[in-house]
Amino acid sequence: MSGSSLFFILALCAALAITVPPLGAYLAQVYDTTEGAKAPGDRVFRPIERLIYRLTRVDEKREQRWSTYTISLLAFSLMSLLAVYLFQRFQTHLPFNPTSATAVNPAGAFNVAVSFMTNTNWQWYSGEVAMSHLTQMVGLTVQNFVSAGAGMAVLVALIRGISRRGQRTLGNFWVDMTRSIVRVLIPLSLIFAVVLISRGVIQNFHGATTAHTIEGATQSIPGGPVASQEAIKQIGSNGGGFFNANSAHPFENPDGWSNFIELWAILAIPFGFALAYGRMVGDRRQGKLLITVMIVMWAAFSGVAVLAEGNGNPRLATVGVDQSISTTQAGGNMEGKDVRFGPAECGTWAGATTGTSNGSVNCMHDSFTPLGGLSTLSHMMLGEVSPGGLGVGLMGLLIHALLAVFIAGLMVGRTPEYLGKKVQAAEMKLVTIYILMMPIALLVFAAASVMLKSAQASILNPGAHGLSEVLYAYASAANNNGSAFAGLNAGTQWYTITQGIAMLIGRFGLIIPALAIGGSFVRKQRVPETSGTFPTHTALYGVLVLGVVVIVAGLTFFPALALGPIVEHLSL
Amino acid sequence: MRAFLRQLVPAFLMLAVFTVITGVVYPLVVTAVGQAAFKDKADGSLLKVDGVIVGSTLIGQTFAEPKYFHPRPSNAGKGYDGYASSGTNLGPTNPVLIDAVKQRVIDYRTENNLPATLPVPVDAVTSSASGLDPEISVANADLQAQRVATTRNLPLETVQKLITSNTVGRSLGMLNEPGVNVLTLNVALDQAK
Amino acid sequence: MTATLTPESEEHSSAAGKNTKKSASLFDPSIVKGATWDALKKLDPRTMVRNPVMFVVEIGSVLTTVLFFQHLHDSSGDVNKFSGLVAAWLWFTVLFANFAEAMAEGRGKAQAAALRKTRADTTARVRQPDGTIIEKSSALLAVGDLCVVTAGEVIPGDGDIVEGIATVDESAITGESAPVIRESGGDRSAVTGGTRVLSDEVVVSISAKPGESFLDRMIALVEGSSRQKTPNEIALSILLAGLTIIFLLAVVTLQPFAAYSSAHQPIIVLVALLVCLIPTTIGGLLSAIGIAGMDRLVQRNVLAMSGRAVEAAGDVSTLLLDKTGTITYGSRQAAEFLPVHGVTEAELAEAALASSLADETPEGRSIVVFAMDRYGVAKTTDRDAVMVPFTAQTRMSGMDFSNGRQVRKGATDSVKRYCAELGGEVPLELTPITDSVSRDGATPLVVIDQTPGNKPRILGVIRLKDTVKPGMTERFDQLRAMGIRTIMITGDNPLTAAAIAKEAGVDDFLAEATPEDKMALIKREQEGGKLVAMTGDGTNDAPALAQADVGVAMNTGTQAAKEAGNMVDLDSNPTKLIEIVEIGKQLLITRGALTTFSIANDVAKYFAIIPAMFSGVIPVLNDLNIMHLHSPRSAILAAVIFNALIIIALVPLALRGVKFVAEAAGAVLRRNLLIYGLGGIIAPFIGIKVIDLIIVALGVK
Repeated sequence: MSGSSLFFILALCAALAITVPPLGAYLAQVYDTTEGAKAPGDRVFRPIERLIYRLTRVDEKREQRWSTYTISLLAFSLMSLLAVYLFQRFQTHLPFNPTSATAVNPAGAFNVAVSFMTNTNWQWYSGEVAMSHLTQMVGLTVQNFVSAGAGMAVLVALIRGISRRGQRTLGNFWVDMTRSIVRVLIPLSLIFAVVLISRGVIQNFHGATTAHTIEGATQSIPGGPVASQEAIKQIGSNGGGFFNANSAHPFENPDGWSNFIELWAILAIPFGFALAYGRMVGDRRQGKLLITVMIVMWAAFSGVAVLAEGNGNPRLATVGVDQSISTTQAGGNMEGKDVRFGPAECGTWAGATTGTSNGSVNCMHDSFTPLGGLSTLSHMMLGEVSPGGLGVGLMGLLIHALLAVFIAGLMVGRTPEYLGKKVQAAEMKLVTIYILMMPIALLVFAAASVMLKSAQASILNPGAHGLSEVLYAYASAANNNGSAFAGLNAGTQWYTITQGIAMLIGRFGLIIPALAIGGSFVRKQRVPETSGTFPTHTALYGVLVLGVVVIVAGLTFFPALALGPIVEHLSL
Repeated sequence: MRAFLRQLVPAFLMLAVFTVITGVVYPLVVTAVGQAAFKDKADGSLLKVDGVIVGSTLIGQTFAEPKYFHPRPSNAGKGYDGYASSGTNLGPTNPVLIDAVKQRVIDYRTENNLPATLPVPVDAVTSSASGLDPEISVANADLQAQRVATTRNLPLETVQKLITSNTVGRSLGMLNEPGVNVLTLNVALDQAK
Repeated sequence: MTATLTPESEEHSSAAGKNTKKSASLFDPSIVKGATWDALKKLDPRTMVRNPVMFVVEIGSVLTTVLFFQHLHDSSGDVNKFSGLVAAWLWFTVLFANFAEAMAEGRGKAQAAALRKTRADTTARVRQPDGTIIEKSSALLAVGDLCVVTAGEVIPGDGDIVEGIATVDESAITGESAPVIRESGGDRSAVTGGTRVLSDEVVVSISAKPGESFLDRMIALVEGSSRQKTPNEIALSILLAGLTIIFLLAVVTLQPFAAYSSAHQPIIVLVALLVCLIPTTIGGLLSAIGIAGMDRLVQRNVLAMSGRAVEAAGDVSTLLLDKTGTITYGSRQAAEFLPVHGVTEAELAEAALASSLADETPEGRSIVVFAMDRYGVAKTTDRDAVMVPFTAQTRMSGMDFSNGRQVRKGATDSVKRYCAELGGEVPLELTPITDSVSRDGATPLVVIDQTPGNKPRILGVIRLKDTVKPGMTERFDQLRAMGIRTIMITGDNPLTAAAIAKEAGVDDFLAEATPEDKMALIKREQEGGKLVAMTGDGTNDAPALAQADVGVAMNTGTQAAKEAGNMVDLDSNPTKLIEIVEIGKQLLITRGALTTFSIANDVAKYFAIIPAMFSGVIPVLNDLNIMHLHSPRSAILAAVIFNALIIIALVPLALRGVKFVAEAAGAVLRRNLLIYGLGGIIAPFIGIKVIDLIIVALGVK
C-alpha cells in the first residue's frame, strides 16, 4: 500500500469521525416521537409529513403492536413487489423508454422486484439495456428510498422495544418509514446527487448520444437520470447500479472525489445508527461500544482486501506482468479494476460495500485475489453487521449482542439481561430463528446449485473459484447485499427464482423475529442495574460480541470457505 | 389476514405518494438543478472536436492505430461499448485469464518494441471493471510513448509532455490513482500535429 | 483479594460436618455401577429424543454402525478398522453423556432410597370425634385426621401438633441427631411424617394427603423424577438445538460442495464431523448440571420445590435477613452478670456456672466459659451432683448437689413461676433489671438458688448479648460486590437495630418489623424490578414467603410457612440463604461455562477434520493441518475420541459446579471467558494432538 493510499483511508476515517456523531444525534431526534418532542428542521418537514399522512389516511398518533407493525411492513413490501414487477413487465407500454427496453421475463422481473423491495439490489441484468428510464425512476429509485426507509423503521421499532418498559406498542410503521425518508434519505440524497453531478455523474433524460471517434468509429454514450439514483443507492445502502458495471462505471463514479464521498455515504448512516441507538436507549456508552465492534470488523476485513489486492496475483507475475506499486502505476491486481481507483480504493470499497449490505462495487469482486475475495465473502457471511445496512445492520448486531449477553449472563450466574430486559426462552427462540435463517438460505441453495448440472453451467470460473461464485451469489442474496462474483450467469430461471427466495428469507426471515423480540421486550420491566449485572458497555463485552459474530459465522461457513477461496489461496 | 388486508390500503397509498415524491419529484428536481448548474457534466462530459462529438472524457474508447495511445483491454461488448459496461469477471486462477494476459504481454512488447523480459504494467494487460476505463497508468503511457512518437514523427519529449498534461493526478494528493486520459491525450496528439 | 464463599467458610461447623456425612463422594463405586447400567438403558430413543443434541449423536452412531457392517466385506482392513473405531467412539459419546446424567441421578437416588426407608407404612392411631381411637394404615390417612402419637412411635404423616408437647427425632430428614421440641400452638407446631417422637405424647392434625407429604416430595426431588427444565435451561436448550441445526446444515451441504470439488466424502466421515461440531459437551452434561445443582442444595439440607426457585436465587438482588440467628448468633453469648441487691457477682457467677453445666446449647456453654474466664469460678467438685437438663416443660436447666442444694437458670417467667412454687419471693428489683436488658436487644436469664431448708433465692440476671457473627461483614461486602443488597429484619427498636446493622455492615435495616412491614418492603423492592429472597418460619411469615421470589422456610417453622415458601431449609439455619444464592449462581455459571467451552472446542476440531477430509484430493488443504496430525484417519479419529472423552473429563465439573467466586459480574465473566473460552479454544488442540500420537502408537494408520 502506498503512502497516499494510507492517507486516503485515514481521510475517510477522519471524515466519518467528524460527521457520524452529529448524524447519530440527528437520527435519534428524528425517531423521537414522544409528545412534544422537537427535531431539527421541523418547520420544513412537519408540513410535508402532515400532507403525506393526510393523503394516506394514516393516524400518526396511533401506535402499533409488533404484530401490526410487522403486518404493515409486509403489506407495504407486497405492494412494492407488485409495483416493481408490473413496471418491468409493461415498460414497453409506458413512457420514458428511449432505448426501447423490452419487457422483462416473469422470473427475472420477480427477482428484480424482490431484489429492490428487500434492499438487496442484486442485479442479474444490465441496467443500461434491460430497464427503461421510467422503470429505473418510479420502480427502482422509489424502492431505493422506501426499502431503506422500511429497514430503518424496523430498527427503530426494535430499539423502542428495548428502551420502553411495560408497554405494548413499538411505534407506527408508517410514521417511522415516512420520517426516515422525509427527514434523512431525501435531504441527504438531494445534496449528494448535485455534488455527484458536479464530479461528472450524468443526470439527463437522453437516450444514447452517438459519438464519432477520431479513429472514425462510432460509440453510443448512454444517458439517463443516474445521479439521482446513484445518490440514494449509496445513502440508502441499496447498491443497485444504473449501469451493469455499477459504481465502477465512469458515469456513476467518475473520479477520486466521487469515490470518496460515495464511500462516505455508504458508511455514514449505518455507523450513525449505532450512536443514535446509544442516545435512544439513554446510555450512549452502549452505542459507542457497538460502533467500536462494527469498526473493528469493518477495518479488519477492509484491511485484508486492501492488502491482498495490493499484493497482486502471483500467477500474473509469472507471465511477465509488473504489479509493483509505484508512482507511475497503482499496481496490484488490476484485473477488474479501473485505473483511477486501483487496489487501495477498491479494497476499501469492497470492505465498505460487503460490510453494509450496500452491494455496489467499484471493481469486480470476481476477479479479486482469493484472499481479497475471501474477505468480501466472509464479511457478508458475518450477517452484514459491520456496520450493516440501514437499520437492519444494527438490528443484526443487536441480535448477536443478545446472544452474547445470554452466554455472558449465564457465565456470571444470573438470568441474562440486556439493558435491564431479561433474555429468556421466548427471546432465545427468536434469536435462534434469526441466526438460522441466513445460513439456511445461503447453504441450501448454494449446495443445490452445485448439484444441478443446469445451475453449474452458469458458473464462469473453473475449480474452487467457481464454488466461490455460487457461495458469493447466495451470501449476497441471503444477506440482502447485492454485490456479486458477477461471472456467474444469474439470469437463468433457477438463479432468478432461488435468489429471489433467498432474498425474501434474508429480509423477512430476520426482520420478523427481530420485531417479535422487540414486541416481547417492550412488555418487560427493566431490572435495575447492580454490580451483579453484567455491564454491556465494557471492552470485555465488546470482545464477546465480536467473538459471537465471528465464531457463529466462522463455524457455519468454514467448511464451505475451505473448499472455495481458501483452497484457491493455498494453491496460488 | 383481515389485519393484513386492512394495511393494504395505507400500503398502497404510501407507495403511491412516495412514488410521486421520490420517483418523479426527486429526480426532476435533481435534473433541474444539475442541468442548470453543471450542464456539461450532467450531459456526460462530452468532448467535441470541431463541433463533432468524439466521445466522453469519462468513457474510454477503442484506439487501435499505432499513432494513438491504446487503452486497456475492454470487456464491454466488443470493446468499449457504451451500452455494455462489464468486466471480464475472470478469477485470479482462471487459465483463460492467465493465458490471455500472457498473450497480451507478448503482444504489448512486440507492439511497443520492448525487450522480451521487461515486465509489462499490469493495467496494460488486464481488463478494467467497467470495460470503459478512460485511463491508463502513467507507466503504461510511458512505454507506449516511443511508438506513438515514432509513428507520428514527433519528438519523444513532446509526446511525454502531452502525457503529463493529460494525466489526472491525485486529488488532494491522496484521492484516486494517477492516470492518463487516453481520449484527451489522443485528441491532443492530433491537434499537436 | 477475593475470598471464595464455600461451605467451609460457613460458621456453623455442625452444619458443614453434617453435609459431608450426607453427600457421597463424587465417584462412589456403587453409584458408578448403577450409573453405568442406567447409561445403557438411556439409549432408548424415546428417552434420547428429549435431548436433541445427543439424539443426533445416537442417530449418527446407528448410521455409522450400519455402514460399518455393510462395507465390512468390500473394504480394506484399515478402512474397516477406522469405520469400526469411529462407530464405537460415537456410541461412547452417547454413553458418556448418559453416564453423566445417570451419575447425577444416582447420587440423588441413593439419598432417596435412604429416605424411602423411613416412609414405610406405619399404623396410625386416629382419634375419632367421639374420642374413640381407631387404628388405620398411614397410607389411608385423610387431611384433618387427628393422630395420637406417643414416645417411640413414628409420626404417620405431615401435620401440626394440636395438643401436647414432645421431643422429636427428625434425623431421618435433616440428618441432625439432636432432637427438637415441637409443641402445639405457636411457630413450632409442624411435624413431618416419618420422624419419631422421643418423649411425651402429642396429637397431630394431618395436613397432607398420603403420597403428597413432605417426604414424598423430597424423595421425588432428590431422585430428579419430578425435575422440570428450568427457564434458563429451556432457553439454553433452544440455543443448543439451533446450533445443532446450523451444524447439520453445514455438514449436509458440505457434501455437494465436496462433490463439486471432486472430493466426495464417505458418510462416516461426515457423521464424525457433525458429531464433533454439534455442542455435545454441553448437550451431554446439561441435565447432569441441573440435577447436580439441585443435589448440591439437598446436600446443604435445602429442599427447593422447583428448579425455577434455584435459578431465581441466582438472580436475587435483595436479601432480607433476620437479625437473630442470621446476622447475630441466634444463640446469644453471656456478656454480664447482674446480681440483685445483696448478692455478689462471684456468687452469681458460681451459681450461673453450676446451673449451666447441663445446658449444652451455645448459650449455656457461653455462660460456663464466661464465668470461668471472667470470675475464675471452677466447676464443682461434687461428684454426686445431678445435672438437670433443659426440658420443654420446665424451660430451665440446673444442678442438684448431693447436699440438697438446687440451682436453676432459665427464662424470667419460668424462674419466677418456679420461685413462687417453692414459696420464694421475687426481688422487686429483678423486673427493672430484666427489662433494661431486654430493651438493649439482649436477653435476660434469671438464676435461682435453693439450699435445703431455706427459701429459694433469686441471685440475679445473666445478660445474654446478641453478638454479630464473625465474618458477616466480609460476607456482606462480597454480596455487595455481587450486586446483592442486604436488608436486616429485626424486631428491635430502630436505635438498637441501627447499631447492629452498622456493626454487621448490612446495607439497610427494617426495625420493629411486623409481618405487614416485611410484606410491604418486599413489594416495594419488587416494584423496582428486584428479586427478593427471605427466610421465615412463623405462620405470619407465610404471606411474605409466598410473595418473595425466593422464600426459604425453616423446617422448624409452621406448616403454613413451609407451604408458602419455595424452599425449605432442614437445618433451619437462616444464613443458608447466602449459600442458596451462590448455588443458584453456580448452576448458571456452570451451564454458561460449558456452553462456551463446547463451542470454542469446534475451532480445533475444524483444523483437525477439514484438512483430513480433503487433503487426499486437494493436497494444498493439508496446509491447514496445523497440528500435524499423522494421517486423515488418525486426525478424524482423534477428534472423535477427544469429543467423547471430554464429556467424561468434565463430569466432575458438571457435578461439582464451576468454582464460584463472589465478585462483580465483569470480573467473573473475564475469568470464565479466559478459562472456558480461551481454554476451550486451546485445550482441544493439545488434546487432539496427544490422542493422535497415542492412537498412532497403538497402530491406527
